[in-house]
Amino acid sequence: MKRTLFDKIWDAHVVAQEQGRPAVLYVDLHLVHEVTSPQAFAGLAERGLPVRRPDKTVATMDHSIPTNGLPIADDAARAQLRTLADNCKKHGVTLYDGDSAQRGIVHVIGPELGYTQPGMTIVCGDSHTSTHGAFGALAFGIGTSEVEHVLASQCLLQRKPKTLEVRFEGAMPEGASAKDLVLAMIAEIGVGGATGHVIEYTGPAIRALDMEGRMTVCNMSIEAGARAGMVAPDDETFAYLKGRPHAPQDWDAAVARWRELRSDEGATYDRSIVIDASRIEPMVTFGTNPGMGIAVTARVPSPDDADPGERAALAKALLYMGLSPGERLLGRAIDVVFIGSCTNARLTDIRAAASIMRGKKVAAGVRVLVVPGSQDVKRAAEAEGLDRVFRDAGAEWREPGCSMCIAMNGDMIEPGQYAVSTSNRNFEGRQGRGGRTFLASPLTAAAAAITGRVTDVRTLLGGVE
Amino acid sequence: MKTPFTTLTSRALVLAADDVDTDQIIPARFLKGTSKVGLGDHLFEDWRTRPDFPLRERGAKILVTGNNFGCGSSREHAPWALVDWGFRAVIARSFADIFKENATKNGLLTVALPEAACVRLELALKAEPSRELTVDLATERVFLPGAGWVGFSIDPFAKHCLASGLDELGYILSFADRIAAHEQR
Repeated sequence: MKRTLFDKIWDAHVVAQEQGRPAVLYVDLHLVHEVTSPQAFAGLAERGLPVRRPDKTVATMDHSIPTNGLPIADDAARAQLRTLADNCKKHGVTLYDGDSAQRGIVHVIGPELGYTQPGMTIVCGDSHTSTHGAFGALAFGIGTSEVEHVLASQCLLQRKPKTLEVRFEGAMPEGASAKDLVLAMIAEIGVGGATGHVIEYTGPAIRALDMEGRMTVCNMSIEAGARAGMVAPDDETFAYLKGRPHAPQDWDAAVARWRELRSDEGATYDRSIVIDASRIEPMVTFGTNPGMGIAVTARVPSPDDADPGERAALAKALLYMGLSPGERLLGRAIDVVFIGSCTNARLTDIRAAASIMRGKKVAAGVRVLVVPGSQDVKRAAEAEGLDRVFRDAGAEWREPGCSMCIAMNGDMIEPGQYAVSTSNRNFEGRQGRGGRTFLASPLTAAAAAITGRVTDVRTLLGGVE
Repeated sequence: MKTPFTTLTSRALVLAADDVDTDQIIPARFLKGTSKVGLGDHLFEDWRTRPDFPLRERGAKILVTGNNFGCGSSREHAPWALVDWGFRAVIARSFADIFKENATKNGLLTVALPEAACVRLELALKAEPSRELTVDLATERVFLPGAGWVGFSIDPFAKHCLASGLDELGYILSFADRIAAHEQR
């Protein structure tokens, strides 16, 4: 029987499977943060149960922690963070807290510290857990009831999802990035296009991505409705992991094992699609879900031209966004630029943004936040002098956290404002009540920072070293 | 133990929208708590000020809506808020995966019906908003008084959990020996 990468990992983790019931699936790594865990720990306490495997559980503070470096002013957030600290202490769970030199966004520090490894099952009470699939892991978001299940049993009840191969042929042109690749995919298949499926990303354009680019692609799998996204590990993967603090001790044996983690030649997927990466342009979203995306030079679609079933949603989105059918986003004035989030706050993202902003000034009246994904990313960027690039330009260089992606930590846009954001969701109010989000890559966001407008970054690339 | 779900008869609200994301169901700024209780007060908080928004007073226990309901964030606060408000069932064209799982774990039944059946329900409710629907889990049917019924299908285990109020964690822990054996591999 020829098996896909997903099948291999799934099969290796099924603890029990009764007729007509979901599988009992073993979890190798459980990542925890402050927002979706308190009720789960409370459930454990009610049952008088311990955390079964604190050694396979890792916690961080990211969602509600402020990024201004000041003491937490919000009482509710402070209480929530204290609850996480108390729970971790009580159960012996490793916590990267506010004072930790390795703290950061859960989906940034997992890979960075070498916790995330090929072949693992990884869960977290956060939908962007799909990020870790970039390493050839089966990684997906779960609800708080399931967080409790995993804390207590290290297992989950799961129905086996279907598989979807998304093959990116060709090579991406200059100015396009991993973010544009995944935004183009979601625009093509829709926000529910991969519901019930695990995506395996294949093809030369995926192989050509570095690990951080692969993480960006896998991160946004959930925005197409996918249960998870994954990329088979290769030398790029192993090189990234080698020497990380929690990488395996028996390194050679681990790599030998990981090399088996690929879909067999001739293995079949439930569905397959092919996308030509050579035609991908810098993308920007115009609407209120991540599937409403267009090439930065394109015109906003008109509800009149849409499928009847999508007409009302499109009209509603344009109304919220204050946009007219057929208009170009190019040149539209913006108020805020956010460079950060679990999608795009790693060192290569920060470098990409800095390459555009070096020696330039932020456009008048525009607020620009650059929020590194972790303390490690922050230190590495500062070692290269990138913080100076942003500060000299007039941007804010902040402490790590989810920041303006989720707008529950003090960082938010004001009602009616437009933001170009490297985060993952442009839902109504996601970045602040009444705020309007254009999702884009770090390059495109940085371009908007210096022009104050939605900009085709390719027009600025000539002068870059 | 959760209250078992058998039959539900109630008025229904129609939320005519596709891709309703969990940020709309419960905005992130209400996620700073450490309890499941009271979130209903903020259900659809940012949509409630709109004149055409159907959610006004509590009472209806069934929500009828479009495609891909509950997409986006994995926050279980979404079903907590719906249940806290008083909903016990959501009828939609389709659901996002994580939301569906989270709903079932909180005794909130998710019923996926084809477009034509949803349109029929919506037209009937538009004509007579006080009309009650009956959702019967055992027979997997939605009844519209005087207008027959439509069948739905539900995963057998989800049905069992809802109908019996089964403790899923208890079920998982019944495999303790096999979990331990897996860890020895």
